[in-house]
Amino acid sequence: MKADKILLDHGSGGKASERLVRELMLPAFSNPILEKLDDGASLDINGTRLAFSTDSYVVDPIFFPGGNIGDLAVNGTINDIAMCGAVPLYLSAGLIIEEGFPVAELEIILNTMSEAAKKAGVKIVTGDTKVVPKGAVDKIFINTSGIGVISQDICVSGSNARPGDQIILSGTIADHGITIMTQREEFSFDAPVSSDTASLNHMVKNMFSASKDIHVLRDPTRGGIGTSLNEIAVQSKIGIKIYEKSIPVKKEVAGMCEILGFDPVYIANEGKLLVFVSKEHANKVLDVIKQDKAGKDACIIGEVISDNPGKVILKTLIGGERILDMLTGEQLPRIC
Amino acid sequence: MTNRYIKEYRDDSLSRKIIDGIKATSKKKIKLMEVCGTHTVSIFRSGIRSVLPENISLLSGPGCPVCVTDQREIDIFIQLSKRDDVIVATFGDLMKVPGTDSSLIKERANGKDIRIVYSAMDAVEIAKKTPDKNVVFFGVGFETTAPTIAASILTAEKEGIKNFYVFSAHKLVPPALNALMNMDGVNIDGFILPGHVSVVIGTNAYRQFFNEFRIPCAIAGFEPADILQGILALIEQIESQKPYLVNTYKRVVSSDGNKKAMQIMLDVFDITDASWRGIGLIPESGLRIKEKFKEYNAEEKFVFSIPASQPIKGCECGKILTGLITPPECPLYKKTCTPEDPVGPCMVSTEGTCAAFYRYSS
Repeated sequence: MKADKILLDHGSGGKASERLVRELMLPAFSNPILEKLDDGASLDINGTRLAFSTDSYVVDPIFFPGGNIGDLAVNGTINDIAMCGAVPLYLSAGLIIEEGFPVAELEIILNTMSEAAKKAGVKIVTGDTKVVPKGAVDKIFINTSGIGVISQDICVSGSNARPGDQIILSGTIADHGITIMTQREEFSFDAPVSSDTASLNHMVKNMFSASKDIHVLRDPTRGGIGTSLNEIAVQSKIGIKIYEKSIPVKKEVAGMCEILGFDPVYIANEGKLLVFVSKEHANKVLDVIKQDKAGKDACIIGEVISDNPGKVILKTLIGGERILDMLTGEQLPRIC
Repeated sequence: MTNRYIKEYRDDSLSRKIIDGIKATSKKKIKLMEVCGTHTVSIFRSGIRSVLPENISLLSGPGCPVCVTDQREIDIFIQLSKRDDVIVATFGDLMKVPGTDSSLIKERANGKDIRIVYSAMDAVEIAKKTPDKNVVFFGVGFETTAPTIAASILTAEKEGIKNFYVFSAHKLVPPALNALMNMDGVNIDGFILPGHVSVVIGTNAYRQFFNEFRIPCAIAGFEPADILQGILALIEQIESQKPYLVNTYKRVVSSDGNKKAMQIMLDVFDITDASWRGIGLIPESGLRIKEKFKEYNAEEKFVFSIPASQPIKGCECGKILTGLITPPECPLYKKTCTPEDPVGPCMVSTEGTCAAFYRYSS
């Protein structure tokens, strides 16, 4: 790594984060499971296939329209496990709390975590609490880890995309990221937007009931769909073509993006998924997603091509074409 | 609200019609320059280059404010950020711009107090909330942003705020067009003139430039159909050999511009000579804070020890922002100069030509 200090960029989920992982983390922990760079690890323990994942939540502010740091932490890890094609079962929760944090707010957060876990049908079975002096963290940070079981006939990975696959997006993009931005002091916008934080494990289970021909699942969180699609193009060594006019963006969110100069394809989502599925089964899977409350705006946004391996090509609204690159630079820190 | 006037101009069928018009009209091999960085980004984002016939080349001009800011001014601002009695406030684009030996983003990682703001008024608010610190705003931009920064100084004066300062590195567009046309090797057949700047200065502000050079000029908006309309207007002038100064962005640009904004700008700033990266000194092309407002002028308050600007070795930003070469012709492009680790400003700014090339073209 060229940098001599860690910059906020290294946590953005974009190119700098990817370099940090590839150049420092992978050499340090080198093993074939980690090297797959999927949302979670897929493990085989005496014939039982497990998915294992962890994530830390540092969102600012901790309460926002549509949720708080608690359900975000539970849903986020559940989704990472679900993206391995697994049924999530158990979670851990590690809390790092700043001295002086109001107990009433902690109670609200814990209750929200409990509700989110119940809704998803998972149990929080172990945890840890640390309290640090004022200023050592900002209010509260939460880490969650989780495990789930992967059925024998499911095989999803970011490296499994195949030419011809159709790419389904489960709904509108950028809702979470834009909501957090509107809550920040420096913006102080009063916009009717709310976070999309939601667990997607039930949706994923129903998708696999409809088809086993699902090759890739990814929840496009930090870095947005732009970054997720690029990661998959590189991992699977395929090209991806996306149609700009098919990408659903809420009117209010699109307006905020215009004002702030953000591209919604790079803005974080917390309750959306991307599915790569064979052409034959695409409509069947799409129908199942649409039946879920969190997937009512789902649509096919593009396809896998054999040209341009490692690249994402965007067909623009006026019929032109351009590269859709990975996010570079910090769009906004502490989004999740 | 914001989406009104957007969808219509991103409409596939409207753009198609204009593209067909361009294809039917355009015969000569020509080079058009979009002067404004926002145009550059919109052209790349909407894939306009990929739908134009091959005989039309688009060059990006000196219209990205960060890119044309002189190296010395960047160094001064980075030096200011290192002071413990100063909070620097800046637009986000400047964070990564490399100075001679540091950048704002690196100084922030070193613990310096550097705030990204979306308006100079936010910097005034910071000054109000932190009376024990000097808040310095880096005024970078063209006629579009300068009136808002002038307004922030007037606000600070009205509210009696004594710890707010502006470092003015503002630039003016029409003098740069003149300088560009007088440069050796510059070969441009028509200008797509900036939309936002023109909202403020009006069509007439380009009259003198047009009369002197008689080169096709079209003021254009920023949606794909707007830009295509501007290109079509230029091609019609070029093919008929009848140059005009035409306003294709009439829904917001008037002949005289926004008189109130111009007045506020000229109340606070004097027009002065300014140094542009890649072009050099251009007479009467910058804005200096008037003597009357000198207590808000960072250059009066602080002493800088920055030598003359140090050009970055191998960096061709200067030639790129005058359209003399395209980014892939720079020896550093995509090699040592990338958006994550930029060498020159054209790779940093979201409106920079190199960043746009890097992001949007294969």
